[in-house]
Amino acid sequence: MTSVAMARRRLALSRFWAEFRHHRAGVAGLVILLAAVLLALVAPLFIDESVTNVVEAPGEKWDGPSLSFPFGTDESGRSILLMIWWGSRTSLLIGFLAAVLSIVIGLVVGVAAGHFRGWTNGVLMRVTDWFLVLPSLVTALVLAAILGGSTFTVIMAIAVTSWPSTARLIRAQTLAVEARPYIERSKALGAGHWHITTRHVLPNVAPLLLASTTLEVASAIVTESTLAFLGVTSNKTSWGTMLRASYDFGAADQGAWWYILIPGLAILVVVMAFTLVGRALEAVLNPRLRRAA
Amino acid sequence: MTTPLESAEPAVQAAGPADERPTSRGTLQYALSKAGGALFSIAMVLVGTFFVFRLLPGDPVRNLAQGRNMTPDQLDLERRRLGLDKPLIDQFLNFVGDTLRLDLGTSYEYKRPVIDLIGERIGPTLLLTGTGLVIAVSLGIWQGTRAGWRHGSRFDRVSTGVSLLLWSVPTFWLGLLLMMVFGVGIGPIPSLFPFRGIESVDAPDGFGYVLDVASHMVLPCLTLVAVVYAQYLMVMRSSLLEEVSQDYVTVARAKGLRDDEVRRRHAVPNALLPTVTLVFMRIGFVVGGAVTVEYIYTWPGLGQLFYRAIEVPDFTLMQGTFMLITVSVIVMNTLADVVYHLLDPRVRSA
Repeated sequence: MTSVAMARRRLALSRFWAEFRHHRAGVAGLVILLAAVLLALVAPLFIDESVTNVVEAPGEKWDGPSLSFPFGTDESGRSILLMIWWGSRTSLLIGFLAAVLSIVIGLVVGVAAGHFRGWTNGVLMRVTDWFLVLPSLVTALVLAAILGGSTFTVIMAIAVTSWPSTARLIRAQTLAVEARPYIERSKALGAGHWHITTRHVLPNVAPLLLASTTLEVASAIVTESTLAFLGVTSNKTSWGTMLRASYDFGAADQGAWWYILIPGLAILVVVMAFTLVGRALEAVLNPRLRRAA
Repeated sequence: MTTPLESAEPAVQAAGPADERPTSRGTLQYALSKAGGALFSIAMVLVGTFFVFRLLPGDPVRNLAQGRNMTPDQLDLERRRLGLDKPLIDQFLNFVGDTLRLDLGTSYEYKRPVIDLIGERIGPTLLLTGTGLVIAVSLGIWQGTRAGWRHGSRFDRVSTGVSLLLWSVPTFWLGLLLMMVFGVGIGPIPSLFPFRGIESVDAPDGFGYVLDVASHMVLPCLTLVAVVYAQYLMVMRSSLLEEVSQDYVTVARAKGLRDDEVRRRHAVPNALLPTVTLVFMRIGFVVGGAVTVEYIYTWPGLGQLFYRAIEVPDFTLMQGTFMLITVSVIVMNTLADVVYHLLDPRVRSA
């Protein structure tokens, strides 16, 4: 890349940031999000797998919030705070990877359909529409149940059921980009499919992708927790499996409100953070929304 | 999959008077092409289901037998009974034929035909999701109208905030919270509503029974409504916002119509269109919600049956309920497209 192009992109980026900063909710979401990711990353420096160990549980079971257990304990006396912390690694990892995979599928299908038009477009859009009407949670449940609920298959199940809306969005954007005159100029100069899609289409859809990835992570985290709650994932501690345990062991009957409240709040806060950032990105990137706001 | 379309074409041509009214002929054609698309999608569901359920790791017979001790002879017999010794293509044709005859196989968990189990469970599900949908739609449209009409007002900000919050809440967690607070009771709050099943063990007859079921329905319904109505609110709000700036609204005001007449007679009917489609389009989402809600409140519906199938796992039952749910969602979506076409002249003329 030439230095001129670099400088132009840096300028665009700083303009983008200046715009983003005005969305207070978006900035707040970004701060929460970065904090959550950082905490999940540094967790192994402070705690390890043993916080989920039933045998070496440090506390009494069903203990309410106290100084040593700020979020109380669960049915076998484990600290809910530490389990939330450790579980955030699984929840965030699956959320991120599923979202990225889903976006990649949507990007490839969307760009291919928009770029090649004709029958490729017809077939791809048919497939996309078919996946779009499938009830996604039900399909993901079936896939996870059949393929066994390892981390990898859960990521697959979420991605396979969530890519179609991205594909439609990207296709529309690709069509819009390719209608511009400079694409014609590029073709006249002998640019091939690869050059046009990667050098012209991709940079133009990239900002949109960023926004939809952020929103996609939010919904992937919710889906993962739902799949875990319904018991189709492996028993690796995540926020969803904690809530499943709270239901199975009758936390409500025990009056252990912290066991139900805290893991759900963790999901809610992270999902809200992603949603706020995603909406702020959309607002910055979509001129139509910008005018309305 | 074009057969139903082709065979129907001459009927369209022959319907003489319809030719003079291009719109209704267009609608029929549109409906037929949509129905053709839906049939194609349903066929794909059959193909997809057949192959996905045969991707099962391991021997299907052993999976179905669930580790019970069986002699090789018994296994062989079972395999022949299920037609698993035949070539894949024969198996597929058998599967399609059986499914079309609504023979969905026998559940290993319940030892009964899957279709009978579905028949028993469909009532409670329709009752729960139907009631939930009606409430969610009315609430969403009402609040969305109010929020959109007074854009930027306090009501607007509060209801948009609440629906954004509900949008982020996982359905099952909201269900757990409501169950804990209003079902089991917490602190000073006593147990207000029953939260297990559809009826009490000692349920009275007649009107008393209706009340009993209704009280069992409060919490599951509330959960379902809370997560679903938010999106209706948002769509109604934004589509009303688009209408408010249109010329015809200005004209209506210039005519001297009262504010709520402009809203009720002019803006809302137009803004309703996208919301109506969304009601159908998001049926799949409602179904997903129903699975978790029915599981939490042990509501004896299809969602719970599906959950049992996954938990056991009972693949025949899973396959049957999955196909039923998927096909009904596809049918609903097709209906939505056709209804939208009928309601909106702008789409028709395009």
